[in-house]
Amino acid sequence: MTEQKVSYTLDSTLETVDSAEQAASRIATEAGFDDDEVMRIAMAVREAAVNAVLHGNAYDPGKKVSLAFEQTGGNLVITIKDEGKGLDPDKIPDPLAPENLLKTSGRGIFLIRSFMDEVVISPSQTGTEIKLVKHVHGPSEGVKEASQ
Amino acid sequence: MSMKTSTRQVDGVTIVDCSGRITLGEGSVILKDVVRELLSKGQKKILLNLGDVNYIDSSGIGELVSAFTTVRNQGGELKLLNLTKKVHDLLQITKLYTVFDVKDDEAGAVKSFS
Repeated sequence: MTEQKVSYTLDSTLETVDSAEQAASRIATEAGFDDDEVMRIAMAVREAAVNAVLHGNAYDPGKKVSLAFEQTGGNLVITIKDEGKGLDPDKIPDPLAPENLLKTSGRGIFLIRSFMDEVVISPSQTGTEIKLVKHVHGPSEGVKEASQ
Repeated sequence: MSMKTSTRQVDGVTIVDCSGRITLGEGSVILKDVVRELLSKGQKKILLNLGDVNYIDSSGIGELVSAFTTVRNQGGELKLLNLTKKVHDLLQITKLYTVFDVKDDEAGAVKSFS
């Protein structure tokens, strides 16, 4: 995996959600992940972007979403930051609890955690930053490391 | 690809053939509108054929749940048909696979409605 970083500053719109998903899909593919992993990474990024646009920035045209992809040390690290009030991850109800199964929302963070290897949510008064990490497990990476 | 739907009647059951993506925005709105329109016409036996739905996000999952409970609350039944592997896996990890009545054979699914 070549080390590189790509950053975007995006508006608080639905188009941003699609753009973030497409960028994640492209970069994950270039990083060598297989089709299933690409889908999972892209969906995690989409869900994080939805949270940033809807719940963080609340579609405010004056607020931006920052999106960055970094390939480093065999990891794909993705950071999404909004300018909202700050998401408290401890207050998110468990979507798998029987009383929550039929709720129509509240599954985004759960899906993100399901699809990524590491998820760090850092809320602050100036917004929420969510860092997503996916380790490269592909055979070519293992061969490369073993030969070094 | 955005979501498209078409409906057909088989032995009193309305089959909604869906294709594309059920995601935040247009896809979820289309699904909501289709189910609402069917209910307004008294069509309460609904089979959602998701065989050509290649992608669904958390908003789409939420819309499926909403459709399921809305139909049930009006005395009807909503079932799912022909899940793709991606959608099947999503319903598994969200524990919704056992909440929905999921079918993989259209004729059998139609007969299963009471």
